[in-house]
Amino acid sequence: MRALRAAIIAVVPLLLAGCDRHQSVILPAGPEAVTLANLFWSFLAVLMLIWVLVLLVLAVGLMRSRPIGDDPLALQPVAEQRYGRIVSALALATGVIVVGLSLVSYDAQARLFSPGDAGLTLKIVGHQWWWEIQYEDADPSRTFTTANELHLPVGVPITLKLTSSDVIHSFWVPSLMGKMDAITGRENQVQFTIEEPGTYRGQCAEFCGAQHAHMAIVVRAETPEDFSDWRTAQTAPAASPDTDGEKAGLEVFLSNPCVSCHAIRGTPAGGRTGPDLTHLASRSMLGAGTLPLTRGALAAWITDPQGTKPGVHMPLVMLRPADLHPLLDYLESLE
Amino acid sequence: MKRIAIVMVLALGISACEREDRETRPDPAVSGMEPKVTLSSIIPGGGSPPPPSGLAGQYEGNAYHVSQGKKYYTWFNCNGCHANGGGDSGPPLMDDTWIYGGDLEEIVSTIYEGRPNGMPSFRGKLTDEQIWQIAAFVRSLGNNVPSDAASGRNDDLNPHPPEGQLESQPPIDGGTAPPSGQMPQ
Amino acid sequence: MPDIEGQLDTGLAPDELRARLALTWGTAGGIWGALTTVDHKIVGRRYIVTAFIFLGLGGLAAMAMRLQLSRPEANLISPDLYDQLFTMHGTTMMFLFAVPVMEAFAVYLVPLMVGTRNIAFPRLNAFSYWVYLFGGVMIWVAFALNIGADTGWFAYVPLSGPEFSPGKRVDFWAQMITFTEVSALAIAVEVIVTVFKQRAPGMSLDRIPLFVWAQLVTSFAVLLAMPAVMTGSTMLILDRLLGMHFFNPAEGGDALLWQHLFWFFGHPEVYIIFLPATGMVSEIIMVFSRRPAFGYLYLVLSIIAVGFLSFGLWVHHMFATGLPQLGSALFTASSALIAVPNGIQIFCWVATLWDGRPRFATPMLFAIGFIVTFVFGGLSGVMLASVPINTQVHDTYFVVAHFHYVLIGGSVFPLLGATYYWFPKFSGRLLSERLGQWHFALAFIGFNLTFFPMHLLGLGGMPRRVYTYPANSGWGDINLLVSGGALLFFVSFMLFGWNVIAALRREPDAPDNPWDAPGLEWAAASPPRPHNFDRIPLVASRHPLWSDRGGLLTVSGLSVDTREVLVTSLAEARPDLRETSPRSTIWPLISAIATTALFIGTIFTQWAVVWFAVPMTAVLIAWFWPKQAVDDT
Repeated sequence: MRALRAAIIAVVPLLLAGCDRHQSVILPAGPEAVTLANLFWSFLAVLMLIWVLVLLVLAVGLMRSRPIGDDPLALQPVAEQRYGRIVSALALATGVIVVGLSLVSYDAQARLFSPGDAGLTLKIVGHQWWWEIQYEDADPSRTFTTANELHLPVGVPITLKLTSSDVIHSFWVPSLMGKMDAITGRENQVQFTIEEPGTYRGQCAEFCGAQHAHMAIVVRAETPEDFSDWRTAQTAPAASPDTDGEKAGLEVFLSNPCVSCHAIRGTPAGGRTGPDLTHLASRSMLGAGTLPLTRGALAAWITDPQGTKPGVHMPLVMLRPADLHPLLDYLESLE
Repeated sequence: MKRIAIVMVLALGISACEREDRETRPDPAVSGMEPKVTLSSIIPGGGSPPPPSGLAGQYEGNAYHVSQGKKYYTWFNCNGCHANGGGDSGPPLMDDTWIYGGDLEEIVSTIYEGRPNGMPSFRGKLTDEQIWQIAAFVRSLGNNVPSDAASGRNDDLNPHPPEGQLESQPPIDGGTAPPSGQMPQ
Repeated sequence: MPDIEGQLDTGLAPDELRARLALTWGTAGGIWGALTTVDHKIVGRRYIVTAFIFLGLGGLAAMAMRLQLSRPEANLISPDLYDQLFTMHGTTMMFLFAVPVMEAFAVYLVPLMVGTRNIAFPRLNAFSYWVYLFGGVMIWVAFALNIGADTGWFAYVPLSGPEFSPGKRVDFWAQMITFTEVSALAIAVEVIVTVFKQRAPGMSLDRIPLFVWAQLVTSFAVLLAMPAVMTGSTMLILDRLLGMHFFNPAEGGDALLWQHLFWFFGHPEVYIIFLPATGMVSEIIMVFSRRPAFGYLYLVLSIIAVGFLSFGLWVHHMFATGLPQLGSALFTASSALIAVPNGIQIFCWVATLWDGRPRFATPMLFAIGFIVTFVFGGLSGVMLASVPINTQVHDTYFVVAHFHYVLIGGSVFPLLGATYYWFPKFSGRLLSERLGQWHFALAFIGFNLTFFPMHLLGLGGMPRRVYTYPANSGWGDINLLVSGGALLFFVSFMLFGWNVIAALRREPDAPDNPWDAPGLEWAAASPPRPHNFDRIPLVASRHPLWSDRGGLLTVSGLSVDTREVLVTSLAEARPDLRETSPRSTIWPLISAIATTALFIGTIFTQWAVVWFAVPMTAVLIAWFWPKQAVDDT
């Protein structure tokens, strides 16, 4: 099995080159994903063995020499009976193998999906085409909402509650856990643990419309201390503008339709249609993984959302040219 | 015979293309709109109404534009005053009486300029296209757009039947402005 | 009072008998004859050609998608168009190609293989073709007019519901379902009745050819599966057009209801496509191994078992929707268990090949290619049956790879082999063997180059139905390879098309039985005469042309001046009675036009049901109006 695994990984260097853990089923980063990967490799080994055996028998059967004869109906009853026994035995073997594989699968399934210690609980709401993330806590002052970038502590069981505000999405970070649909009017749960700090990418796996391709989620796994610091920073309201540019930018934000859809805690902006921007500048990507969060990309996004992500629900906003840079100043200050 | 068939298919094609076209990024996206729209159709002394701009069919007859207008109607908080079309502090949009005219151009002009006693002007806040889309949706509330362009029900609690199923309310002039200036938002 | 006896065929000389039967059963020339014919061979040929044209269109859509995906972040095709393309690809391949082409082979071949003169309910057969044609043309015209459906061939609500799919795109898709399902149901009924009641005398149940068994079980699966999706698509139209709330969770509906209805049809659908292919493989392997297929009883029972089990698998398309775990696990077991009957079929074919004297003609090459690819696809299907593995690879390119292995390897390869095999019976000409072998080689290599790397893409995390992917994903090179393979695969089909066209330009010269095959269809001329058989053959064994080399015994006593078929008993095929078979008529076409008007009308207004009920009723009354002629009922 290890040899096979090595062989396959050798066959697909392209897959691994230059993608530094882009998102991969075969690069697990937590116990659940390891269980899934191991189950996959076990199935693969058994099934490929069967495939090779069938092909070998087929090849031998096609190439073997056989007695000459012309009457297609001249069958030998002894041989026919032997084939009958062999086919019956093979059918039985097939049954045993699939029942065995089903049991192995059920064992893994029972371990993966039985509800355990809830640990850290988050609610994730799928939107066309971004993820709303609500960190829940018994203490209301510790709850907050963010988007598209999920910070999680390593070594702590994580429970995600999934639902959708519009169409069906599917939450999938392959290095951490299998996918689970986020369905309108329902709440699904998925649980996993992360072992190694790092960045893990995932994306929506259920077709959800024009920009299904640009609905990524980034998971940042951190040590519990880093996570705690990050969480404390996130619960704080937005940084108040310092410079004149930033102050002008806030004014631009509030006097334009931006405010209808986006919330910035600590300001009058309270829209819920689009992502919460309170700590926008602490995120690494823009538009659910469409663009890296740089000043240039942000400017492109605001001035031409339909050009960067055609069909996105962010409408074009009529900004005066002079307003763009103050707005960028302000948004970039939202650490 | 064949030629007639081809012409018919082409004609169908052209109209159908407009019906279903999903132009998410108009070109130019932002343009001056003053030349296109007469600000009010209330002509002193009863003159003739302004000539249609030709854009009405393009927006009213396009299901995508109407559905975008339906989204913007909520996102830009039109329902804050007009509710789901039945009216609240602002006048109802589902009935047949229109204080400032119920043609698409007139509704566009109302959104663009604002009206006394509360209706704010969205000039410079929304792009021309967004205003046309919202106006097209508002027209669909009186079932005054082609039925195959009107939106269906929402996946939500629905305050009224889908727009295509509403009673048709061809606009007439009338109604009264809200009694007091209640600023929305 | 017409002479209901007519002239019987008992005392006629062979030449006169043939001429008079051809006159009775023949189709008139000219456009009127073409529009009114009810000959199962003409309708079947039309069905096959139409389905292959749709295959070409679906293939072009696939090539456009591969062009867009060949490089990361390509901008050749907008997301709006890409969504329409992949929807049209899936819809066309499943609803307008795969199911119809398998049924088309049944329409053409089943009456010949069971030794009768026409399919049961031939006018319904003509009607079903027209309905299918109009439905297929409708959805492609809609696509050409930028009203192409864009929510995938599965059209999950709420995405395909009124809020998120404005306009009429999805309505055209949903009505196309109605069209194709009506035509499929009609054929299923015809095939079942033909097989049960019109077999040649002596063809008892244990002598039915395996292809006919496969088509019979498929037809029952069609009858049971298709109503589910028609119900679903009708509910979808009601939601969209009338504002009903079947799928609206806020008003008590349920978004998952659609998935259950769709996959209750959608999974048997795969076997509706696959079972006829197994029948084709059985026939080809038997003929080109020059021995009876090993394990007739095993094969028949496997086909029936697959037909039953296929209805218990649908939830494995929904493992990621959060259904109860124990329930999902049961579907793991049932999904894996279908490997047993399918495995038995594979073992029987391998045993046949092992014991026989294989001759590697093109049909045989495709049958062997089928075993190689289908077993691979079937085994990756066992992986997908496992809930945990499924949650990882579901909706990724791994699944795309899997079902193309099953559908192309498992169905299209046998179909191509069957086309080479039965082409002389369809057209009176043999396809070029040399081009055929090139076709097979290119198709096999192109297919594997296209779809094997997709497994790796899926494991690398690439989801399905994305119109582009990031440059740093590392998927670019494999996608380029896949696109290159797709091009090769496409070229192989062009070679096939050339082979067919070149053959059709030659004079018909194929002998009646070029492969020395045992089935009754090879006792008819190539191509068969309008009445198929001068005299109905008498079947005394499972392989009549092999066991009765001196010539088949026949029965006589049917009328030569009116269209008559022999109806036999269900189990043992004892002659029961002479039944008339209808003549050509225009009413199926006019009924199909009225049906089309009703279906298309309901896309726009619910009142179309009322308006078009009037012409529908009138046309049906005209169709069934008693005409005092015995064979015109």
